[in-house]
Amino acid sequence: MAKRVGAEGSFAVAEAVRLADTDVVAAYPITPQTHIVERLSEMVADGELKANFIYVESEHSAMSACLGSAAVGARTFTSTAGQGLELMHEVLYLASSMRLPIVMAVADRALSGPLNVWGDHSDAMATRECGWIQYFGENAQEVFDLTLCAFKIAEHHDVLFPVMVHMDGFHVSHVVEPYLLPDKEELGDFLPPIDYPYPLDPNKPITMGAFAPPAVYSECRKAQDVAVNSTHGTIENVWNEFAKRFGRQYKPIETHKTEDAETILVSIGSFNQMAGVAVDKLRSEGKKVGLVRIRLWRPFPLQAFRQAVKSAKNVVVFERSMTYGGTVGPVCAEVKSALYGIKDAPRIMDFIGGLGGRDMSPKQFEALFKRAQEIFDKNLDIQYETIGVRE
Amino acid sequence: MAKKDFELTWKEIPVGSIVHEPGNASEYQTGDWRSQMPVLDKAKCVKCGICYRFCPEPCIVKDDEGYYVADLFYCKGCGICAYECPKDAITIVKEEH
Repeated sequence: MAKRVGAEGSFAVAEAVRLADTDVVAAYPITPQTHIVERLSEMVADGELKANFIYVESEHSAMSACLGSAAVGARTFTSTAGQGLELMHEVLYLASSMRLPIVMAVADRALSGPLNVWGDHSDAMATRECGWIQYFGENAQEVFDLTLCAFKIAEHHDVLFPVMVHMDGFHVSHVVEPYLLPDKEELGDFLPPIDYPYPLDPNKPITMGAFAPPAVYSECRKAQDVAVNSTHGTIENVWNEFAKRFGRQYKPIETHKTEDAETILVSIGSFNQMAGVAVDKLRSEGKKVGLVRIRLWRPFPLQAFRQAVKSAKNVVVFERSMTYGGTVGPVCAEVKSALYGIKDAPRIMDFIGGLGGRDMSPKQFEALFKRAQEIFDKNLDIQYETIGVRE
Repeated sequence: MAKKDFELTWKEIPVGSIVHEPGNASEYQTGDWRSQMPVLDKAKCVKCGICYRFCPEPCIVKDDEGYYVADLFYCKGCGICAYECPKDAITIVKEEH
């Protein structure tokens, strides 16, 4: 029977990794992810999790060890944040191109400088083109559920891609919340043992990560792109199967009061919960507003996203990552690209805020809707504004 | 690889670009990278096979008469065989392409 327990998002992730019977954890601690690997290290030391915990000297080594581990067919987990994710950066591309089913939790954190250990999406956005499947959980329950699902998705033979489970640093990783923790029995055969089809084996030698000259590199790249785009169905199937067993449904694009909404706020991550409060308040005042939460970020669910915002005349994006010299932030760039050229395309405005751990209250989200309306009404040529800063 | 890499379509790329056939590097033409080539003087060669052992790639093969000769389709012309040959039977000569 599932127990209702109180725990940080970090500990919830660790419990999911334990229940998954993970074989190898190779990780380096970094705020705000530290509690995940600390807890896992404790579980291994206490014999609660029969895994090899590889204590590495850096995140670059952590991901490299994960490559080796996954390549022999072991269920592999790691976790990082912020600067740590950046230090892993080059190895991330190897994991996806070699199709190794690694699961990684990222407690999203601001990037230096100035040095800041608190949450935002600078790290996540910097890795968005690294070929991993990436999605976001907004609270302890979601990150528990989605970490468990991540193993099933990554290891599925129609997928074989690494999966990043994003959670907002501190706002999810460090907040103690109640969540339902199933026991092993209840988990049943939801997550079968890993069966990686191409394990390194001296009796059947293969080469991974070989070199590809200009004559064949483009073909390898296209094959990888087509493969990652073909994972949508399996991701949704796994989430649907999870819903059938455990009663909690996840969708690539989640909507809140969008059916007849004229202005739709699009955002990613735990701040959506504050945005939802603002939407409810504005709805009670008769304003036709709604909220679209992007859960699956890579591969981007283009059709589901277009469907979700189809009633909107205005789309307002809120995102926690700065653009330096770009036209808009990375989430808005995706949104604009997804909606450009469709019939009756909405007007789009980007707001960047919640940087380096700064909160956004429901009141600020209300103000954001108001400011967007003003920009649209006056037809101002503004692509994005940074909000919540002292002028 | 049954097909040469420049003949493969993206649909024929194995998952993860894994190479499933061990030792198939010698099927890849690297001979055209070469600017110099080994030439064997059979009169001096004692068929000891030292060149075969020192060649960093599997490009020296034994011919029907027992001489060790370089596969010029694959040989990059590094010159190690000539350097190691105890009888100076291999010379490295400039090659014009």
